[in-house]
Amino acid sequence: MTKQMTGAEMVIEALADQGVRHIFGYPGGAVLPIYDAIFQQETVKHVLVRHEQGAVHAAEGYARSTGKVGCVLVTSGPGATNAVTGLADAFCDSIPIVVITGQVPTHLIGNDAFQECDTVGITRPCTKYNYLVKTIEDLPRALHEAFHIAASGRPGPVVIDIPKDIQFASGTYTKPQAIQHKGYHPRLKGDPDAIKHAVDLMTRAKRPLFYTGGGIINSGPRASKLLRELVKLTGFPITSTLMGLGAYPASGPQWLGMLGMHGTWEANWAMHDCDLMICIGARFDDRITGRIDAFSPGSTKIHVDIDPSSINKNVKVDVPIIGDCAHVIEDMIALWRAAKTQPEKKAMAAWWSQIDTWRARKSLAYKSSKSVIKPQYAIQRLYELTKDRDTYITTEVGQHQMWAAQFYHFEEPNRWMTSGGLGTMGYGLPSAVGVQMAHPKSLVVDIAGEASVLMTMQEMSTAVQYRLPIKIFILNNQYMGMVRQWQELLHGGRYAESYTHSLPDFVRLAEAYHAVGIRCEKPDDLDDAIKEMIAVDKPVLFDCRVDQTENCFPMIPSGRAHNEMLLGDSGESVEDAITEDGKIMV
Amino acid sequence: MSSTSHYPAATVSERVETHTLSVIVDNEPGVLARVIGLFSGRGYNIDSLTVSETEHEKHLSRITIVTRGTPMVIEQIKNQLERLVPIHRVVDMTLAGRSILRELAMVKVRGKGEHRVEALRLADAFRARVIDASIESFIFEITGASDKVDSFIGLMLPLGLVEVSRTGAVAIGRGAEAM
Repeated sequence: MTKQMTGAEMVIEALADQGVRHIFGYPGGAVLPIYDAIFQQETVKHVLVRHEQGAVHAAEGYARSTGKVGCVLVTSGPGATNAVTGLADAFCDSIPIVVITGQVPTHLIGNDAFQECDTVGITRPCTKYNYLVKTIEDLPRALHEAFHIAASGRPGPVVIDIPKDIQFASGTYTKPQAIQHKGYHPRLKGDPDAIKHAVDLMTRAKRPLFYTGGGIINSGPRASKLLRELVKLTGFPITSTLMGLGAYPASGPQWLGMLGMHGTWEANWAMHDCDLMICIGARFDDRITGRIDAFSPGSTKIHVDIDPSSINKNVKVDVPIIGDCAHVIEDMIALWRAAKTQPEKKAMAAWWSQIDTWRARKSLAYKSSKSVIKPQYAIQRLYELTKDRDTYITTEVGQHQMWAAQFYHFEEPNRWMTSGGLGTMGYGLPSAVGVQMAHPKSLVVDIAGEASVLMTMQEMSTAVQYRLPIKIFILNNQYMGMVRQWQELLHGGRYAESYTHSLPDFVRLAEAYHAVGIRCEKPDDLDDAIKEMIAVDKPVLFDCRVDQTENCFPMIPSGRAHNEMLLGDSGESVEDAITEDGKIMV
Repeated sequence: MSSTSHYPAATVSERVETHTLSVIVDNEPGVLARVIGLFSGRGYNIDSLTVSETEHEKHLSRITIVTRGTPMVIEQIKNQLERLVPIHRVVDMTLAGRSILRELAMVKVRGKGEHRVEALRLADAFRARVIDASIESFIFEITGASDKVDSFIGLMLPLGLVEVSRTGAVAIGRGAEAM
């Protein structure tokens, strides 16, 4: 099937053929032909953002909540450079997005033309792949291939840079066919011998633990379903990274909570003391491992990952399995069912009883207050009042993000959108725009901090324009809370530049955007205020004034191991907790 | 510092090895930038790097990289290279069995009298060819393993070495099998 058309028309035709229904973008000189093509059709709906970074985060939210590829259209030069933060974010968190950038005409490339920049050069290290399309003949293939590369294997962002003369040029469009890429063939099935070895170790484990991550979410809902089956079959405890929340339900009996720097006492102790670690779709990130030479010293480690470069990057593992999580878990289940031996019942009972003593430590406990709203309490109430609804949660980055991970409990995958790897403040609001676009009837809440949300606040205007009733739930402590916490720990309480003077009045700011503002300052008023927020069928800025000095615990301080967590009520002086050497770490 | 670092401490104490990697890539714009960007971005070493198209019809190029690192870093380099979309294959020639490494160098030596005679004599012993000569200079072309080229250059130093141009190593496996 071939058709004659212009490059700009090919872009829209290819998007439609790839099943794209929404594209987030911002027009400019070098993409005007594509915008003209958008104007003349109705299949692909364009969502006008207020800053290109917002477009990419919106596409990320769209992708993460649907499992589809998110799509972005921006102009050359500043359009492309503004998109870079979003690209780096999607690259770190392995989110499938396709970003189309306009470029100056081919004869001007390299000439320092107006709004020219080396887009493929700038985005090379923060994309999975990128294209500069220099002939119209290459365009259809590049467009289709980009979607294939973005979504397959370990997903990631792909940029297609299209010079303006190519957008005007006429050529032959070909429909997507089965992609026959010469060198790119991600592996889905794991090595059967390695899987057999892994299951063999599992049947003989005494203190086993599943440590799962975003790879399960990226693999699709089937991976989560299979994971639940495997966890139930084995009876092993399970913890997850920030990225993997929701793959296993937080209400599940074997759930230990999130692990890592702000993970639970039971999850981190179990990581430290286990004799068999089954890591699926996680990457031993430094926020997870703490001090690497004291990381889970006595365990045999199985690592399932679709990306071979994740294996043995930070931590040497004993049984590497390269493959897609769902495929590997499926094989593990079959082998487990067929296995003749099962873990020793007595040993497993002893392991669970040990875990129960860790659980009894109640590491997420905090001092409640009648006079000020504790941020943890705010999220607990938000959870209680939204859990029975069809709810999606996004976050910004900082203390509020960690409290959301600790106190909002996820039962399903694709419900939790947060910037994990790059830690991008300003992610949550535009991400919520993307999520709401994909799920118009659902409740979409951005759990935010007042500092983060100001970085991309202008996207409120987008939310209002498209009638997206997103709820921006701001835990407002007037500080960059996590910065303040670290300054307290590391820098003698010298709070350099972490206090925000001259914050806007968020209620009036909401009104200025033709949205709704709600302020809450007292714990007793919180429930009614949250109910009001949910009831409003408009975007809401919820200014929740919380305790300004609350710290996020548990915490593994820099340079410490999993069994050296600080707790909120431990009484240990935080200043003593970090050594001189630890201070250089972030 | 290593004992309290968040980052892998073990690699510091491990032995640093030199490996030669042969990398087959699509000969497309930017592919070399991807490879070099990976090395600079992730802090890997490049001792030498050569690249040229080797299969014109298939648009394939072969990059030979000599790099240094601990075994864990070397493994990481190979995996990170494999991850790049236009890269077809990465073979570690140092591990893949017997392989041949060769490098070509052009060595300019300036001098008169006894030095000139001695330079010619040594060139003969190293099977270096004279590819240019003037009354007071020679340019030698020498091919061989990198250490042979190193020692020839070392010997030319007191005899009036003025300039060296080297290709960096290329490698191929011995025997009938292709990589």
